[in-house]
Amino acid sequence: MSVAEITPDGRTLGGTLMDMRNITLRFGGVTAIKDISFDIREGEIRAIIGPNGAGKSSMLNVISGFYNPQEGEVWFRGDKRGPMRPYQVARLGIARTFQNIALFDGMSVLDNIMTGRLTHTKSGILDQAIWWGKAQREEIAHREKVEEIIDFLEIQRIRKTPVGRLPYGLKKRVELARALAAEPKLLLLDEPMAGMNVEEKEDMSRYILDVNDEFGTTVALIEHDMGVVMDLSDRVVVMDYGRKIGDGTPDEVRGNQDVIDAYLGVSHD
Amino acid sequence: MPEQFFFAAEVMVNGLMVGVMYALVALGFVLIFKASGIFNYAQGVMALFAALTLVGIQQGQVPFAHLINAIFGTDLHHFGWEVPAVLAILLTVLVMIGLAVLIERIVLKHLVNQEPIILFMATIGLAYFLEGVGDLMWGSDIKVMDVGLPQGISDVIDQTTYEWFGYGFFIDRLDIAASIIAALLVAALIVFSQYTREGRALRAVADDHQAALSVGISLRFIWVLVWSIAGFVALVAGIMWGAKSGVQFSLSLIALKALPVLMLGGFTSIPGAIVGGLIIGMGEKLFEFLVGPLVGGATENWFAYVLALLFLVFRPQGLFGEKIIERV
Repeated sequence: MSVAEITPDGRTLGGTLMDMRNITLRFGGVTAIKDISFDIREGEIRAIIGPNGAGKSSMLNVISGFYNPQEGEVWFRGDKRGPMRPYQVARLGIARTFQNIALFDGMSVLDNIMTGRLTHTKSGILDQAIWWGKAQREEIAHREKVEEIIDFLEIQRIRKTPVGRLPYGLKKRVELARALAAEPKLLLLDEPMAGMNVEEKEDMSRYILDVNDEFGTTVALIEHDMGVVMDLSDRVVVMDYGRKIGDGTPDEVRGNQDVIDAYLGVSHD
Repeated sequence: MPEQFFFAAEVMVNGLMVGVMYALVALGFVLIFKASGIFNYAQGVMALFAALTLVGIQQGQVPFAHLINAIFGTDLHHFGWEVPAVLAILLTVLVMIGLAVLIERIVLKHLVNQEPIILFMATIGLAYFLEGVGDLMWGSDIKVMDVGLPQGISDVIDQTTYEWFGYGFFIDRLDIAASIIAALLVAALIVFSQYTREGRALRAVADDHQAALSVGISLRFIWVLVWSIAGFVALVAGIMWGAKSGVQFSLSLIALKALPVLMLGGFTSIPGAIVGGLIIGMGEKLFEFLVGPLVGGATENWFAYVLALLFLVFRPQGLFGEKIIERV
């Protein structure tokens, strides 16, 4: 594929940001991911879909360092990544959300989002404690960035509310806000629309498109809802039973017989 | 009557001072509980261990002397030098940091994502282990803590109050020193946890491990950090209590007095630990003074626990604890 490419809706896709090469992940005797390769290009929205238990979440966990694969190579921004811990991956510029939401319930929305800035804080602990010089400037800059994200996701009203009190849909949005606060090179979304009603799904889709469009953030997402995925993504990887059964644009994938079989079932007559 | 009144006031002030000492111990619990949801049963023993180590280093004791003598038939006990108090304190801080690293490496690392009760059990084991190691390293005889803290009744306060009220207040200078040190310690801890990146990370880890990892926080670093700080607080508590009542096994039992303090103040609040300590310290002294004579005295033994029990019934999160938020 050529290095730069213009999508039908006018966005520019860059070179390869992430390259997964022959990834195999096993848990004891169970193979969750079997020899899967795919790439994520800079600026694109890449979806991973598949039926339940296909290994989608495992794949996301490999990318974010929660699991380290037994075989295969993970390349990020042109460098091969060794086995890493999740916090190290986060520091590389890969932010994520979780299927069942992992927020800091006791902290306010604002504080939650501020934790997203942790990887960007460089001033020393003493400076911060006495609120001095560099630390002060840094904190103010962080707050500005965070406020920008709060405006963007339209959660101004709840910025002081403890996250534990929020309804599910808003929690999902706060989690997205925290991930965005890290200004990630790659944003991983694990079922961002799970458990949402139609209206909330539409909102979330719009946010994902806007994030990609306005911040130029590369997004990789897992989703059950086929309709949503097909509308959102530039390219789709389809997994079933730990294997890759399809990879391409939504239209290509839709016409793929293996994919149709995996989703609709095959008659055994 | 004024005599009675001033006596009651003196009892109150002394109660507050004791409360500060309780709060010092409670602080260590709160720190670890906040950051990792672990109730650290070993906090009291850590205070004992820190005090033993400090005295041992200061007096130039040979660590593990008994063990070495038993194995090699030598007769070691002291190096024959004395280490200045400040240096000894610094060295003890290093020992406590080393201990934190070891606890993380040997215990906590293997118990990530386990139930809190399992971590609690681990700290019980840790308590007994530390108690044994402390004895083995420094011997089990009662030691005197002397790091140059002022001791005895403050004559200045005695005289001034006598001139003002015609009644001299008896206040221990050690208690005054403890109050000042505790205030500084708490101020530093609050600034640290509210305004620094590490503090924010610490609160994040306390709330959700997975989420903390995903924003780039190293759990292991935070745990070592928080156990180091708890070790430092234990050292401060150990110095104060050691100076007050000698360095001996019973020092580790002050942890029991920290429990009602925590129930009052809330397990997750640093100011709560302080206020809880003050209330309990003052409450038990006043109660003993007012009600004690009616019931034959010795109310100090149970007052704190009964108060804690009442709190458990009516306000389980304590005075300052985080509201228990639950959506159904």
